[in-house]
Amino acid sequence: MFRLEARTSTPAWFNLALPLIAIAATLILCSGLIAIAGAGVIEAYGVMLSASLGDSYAITETLVRAAPMIFTGLAVAIAFRAKFWNIGAEGQLLAGAVASCFVGAIPMPGTLAMVLMALAGAAAGALVALVPATLRVKFKVDDVVSSLLLNSVIYYALMALIEGPWKDTFSGYPISPPIEDSANFPVLIEGTRLHLGVVVALIAAPLCWFLIARTTLGFRIRVTGENPEAARYGGINVQRVLLSTALLSGALAGLAGVGEVGGVHFQVMSDISPGYGYSGIVVAMLARLNPLGVVPAAIFLAAVMTGGEAMSRATGVPAFLSDVIQGTALLAMLVALLFTAYRIRRVGAQT
Amino acid sequence: MSAPLIEMRGITKIFGAVKANEAVDLSVAPGEILGLLGENGAGKTTLMNVLFGAYAPDAGEILVEGRPVAIHNSADALAAGIGMVHQHFHLAPRLTVLENLLIGIPGKSGRIDRARGLARLDEISRQYGLSLDPNLLVSALSVGEQQRLEIVKALFRGAKLLILDEPTAVLAPSEVDGLFAALRSMAAQGLGIIFISHKLNEVRALTHRCVVLRHGKVAGRVDHPAGTTSAEMARLMCGHEIVPPVKEASTPGAAVLTLDGISTAGHAGMLLRDVSLVVRAGEILGIAGVSGNGQRALADVISGMLPPRAGTMTIAGKTVTQFSPRELQALGLGRIPEDRMTTGLVTNLPLADSMVLPRIGTEAFSSKGLLNPAAIRAFAEAQIKAYDIRCPGPMARAGALSGGNLQKALLARELAFDPKVLIVSQPTRGLDIGAARFIHEKFLAMRAKGCGIIVIGEDLEELLMLSDRIAVMYEGRIAGTLDSADATVARLGLMMTGAGQTEEAA
Ligand SMILES: Nc1ncnc2c1ncn2[C@@H]1O[C@H](COP(=O)(O)OP(=O)(O)OP(=O)(O)O)[C@@H](O)[C@H]1O
Ligand SMILES: [Mg+2]
Repeated sequence: MFRLEARTSTPAWFNLALPLIAIAATLILCSGLIAIAGAGVIEAYGVMLSASLGDSYAITETLVRAAPMIFTGLAVAIAFRAKFWNIGAEGQLLAGAVASCFVGAIPMPGTLAMVLMALAGAAAGALVALVPATLRVKFKVDDVVSSLLLNSVIYYALMALIEGPWKDTFSGYPISPPIEDSANFPVLIEGTRLHLGVVVALIAAPLCWFLIARTTLGFRIRVTGENPEAARYGGINVQRVLLSTALLSGALAGLAGVGEVGGVHFQVMSDISPGYGYSGIVVAMLARLNPLGVVPAAIFLAAVMTGGEAMSRATGVPAFLSDVIQGTALLAMLVALLFTAYRIRRVGAQT
Repeated sequence: MSAPLIEMRGITKIFGAVKANEAVDLSVAPGEILGLLGENGAGKTTLMNVLFGAYAPDAGEILVEGRPVAIHNSADALAAGIGMVHQHFHLAPRLTVLENLLIGIPGKSGRIDRARGLARLDEISRQYGLSLDPNLLVSALSVGEQQRLEIVKALFRGAKLLILDEPTAVLAPSEVDGLFAALRSMAAQGLGIIFISHKLNEVRALTHRCVVLRHGKVAGRVDHPAGTTSAEMARLMCGHEIVPPVKEASTPGAAVLTLDGISTAGHAGMLLRDVSLVVRAGEILGIAGVSGNGQRALADVISGMLPPRAGTMTIAGKTVTQFSPRELQALGLGRIPEDRMTTGLVTNLPLADSMVLPRIGTEAFSSKGLLNPAAIRAFAEAQIKAYDIRCPGPMARAGALSGGNLQKALLARELAFDPKVLIVSQPTRGLDIGAARFIHEKFLAMRAKGCGIIVIGEDLEELLMLSDRIAVMYEGRIAGTLDSADATVARLGLMMTGAGQTEEAA
């Protein structure tokens, strides 16, 4: 017989091992689904791997997909550190995309356009995130619910925009006008889609880590998240910390939208985000809310997505499997987190 | 002597580098009250947690009525007749007394058997003199009543041995008598009891036998606690003599903190009505009173957590009535909260973080918004050394420290900055006698340096020993203030009940 026993301390290697174990468990669990779909498990995963990380082009495609999830992952990780439950990265991303598209469509020198797009997108995301944070701080409204519901509000506002004022008059498609060519983010490697935004995302992660670990704001975020009562007693303005966290988190999620507009789609359409905001939650959890862990976690999910499509084409397993893998990875990680607080002990083994 | 009710043999429990218990032997006979003593961090709670199944021991065995038993969780412990009352209660506040008793007790065909529960509660109440209204919500119970419910809960589940971990730390002195009467009656009817306390006079009055732990090992046993002195027991616990501190005469200086006509909106323990008091430099003002008479609100107002509705507060002549905790701190106010786990420390973060928390934005620990990790660590290490805080290190989780060591950490973080005014609630609650002495000496040294100190407490002997003056709180008011030269336990006790309103108003 086994039982759970409260851990008295958590070994350091756990932080690294847990996500890996969760990912391994996910792949094992999902292999059952592949088998049911009638494909060879090894073969399917093989296709997935080679299509996502097999050659340098595949790697750049995976990185391009990882970039928005790095941003949303960072947004969620920082928010969750303060226990500001921001489930609204999706809406913040969309707001960032709309704002940057708006700015990018105005003729001006390219560099200026890119900087202003980033600022506008970050500001839009931050403003959206400020809504649930303000509701929580002022009226004690549950931030999980309000930030989640706001996603739909933003999504339908975006739809109204591209079905209405922004609608393409020639084709009749619900898509926004494209941004100026000069505002398109530079491609870093000829023949790929690897754009400047990807590098910015990769730099943002260590910056966020530094912010959390080495600044007084980061200290206040951590303390507020762990024990708001002690934070307040210690002289920390808990409400202000929550609002600052929301601004920061929303700005990061908004930048995810900026990257998609400036580096990938160059315009806004209804499916500009295949749920990158929600994937950010999975990324942040896999990363154990550590900004440095967000990068590999986002690359893993991106690889599953790009690889999932190729696998579907090659083996006939539905591409939805990549969604299943994402969901299972989140569940596996949540279960794995249990083992940071508890360990399994065999009972009856003692004298 | 009859066969022991329970016996622990060679119990060892190791946490990482700490041997919390090492080869501990202990037994309790039916009808016996065993005292378990030891310094903070000696391993008392750990040993009891092993007995109650919360921790698996690394070595050793447990026998119940002579038979070895394996106890893997609290259900096993209860099945073996072992009940435990933790210092932090495990009750469901939104349920009634009776419902709390019946949680997890299956009735006939899965339904809850209220009638049988009521009958059993009535029986236990009468048998041991532990009366409780079965229909009250737990959230409406006082701390003393909640503790009584925890005891009844254990008896309800058929406990033959009852473990009480520092039960008197949360009780008012008047409630202690009631608890002791119930415990004596249980022992007289054949139950065994293990009683943990740092208050040696209580231990001498109540227990039949004592086991003293030091650094996880049995340091000694006392067969006639009533026949020994507290000093002797203290020597067993600490390994050396404990001398009471001397309070030198001092002439108080100018007023450092004044409250004038402070009132708060609130209820019960959170209500203040027209409270005025003065603390001068180099003076200790004690605040006595039965808990729930506004002491909590007073501490919250002074530390900036609760803005008053009326009245003014000044520090060193400056009006600070609506100041935030941070602004008050910047003016030299030091604060030590009553509830160290929830208000004082961040249990999930490194101890060092909690120790610098109130001053993280100051130059000592950061500059231009960037932390100075080396300074934070050095500060924590220095305090750990200066206050003999027993812990694996500054980067260990604060939650892993024993209660007494947490308290020392909180004191250290305030006293390190030489506050001009210090407000402390229950400063030595849960501290062993050596640590309490150490804290007393610190307060007296601060007083000699000209700090004005307010000590809110329920231990009248401690207040009398430390204070220059003692104010008594009753129903949110200052019922009177006595010079400690004129004050006695009896006189204070009378004022605490609302009788004998007297004297100058501070
Ligand atoms: N969960 C834990 N993880 C790591 N160390 C622990 C844990 N619990 C206790 N310890 C350590 O074990 C030792 C004994 O702690 P314990 O709580 O049993 O002391 P205690 O005698 O009850 O002290 P106190 O009088 O302060 O309550 C201490 O050094 C403490 O730091
Ligand atoms: Mg203890």
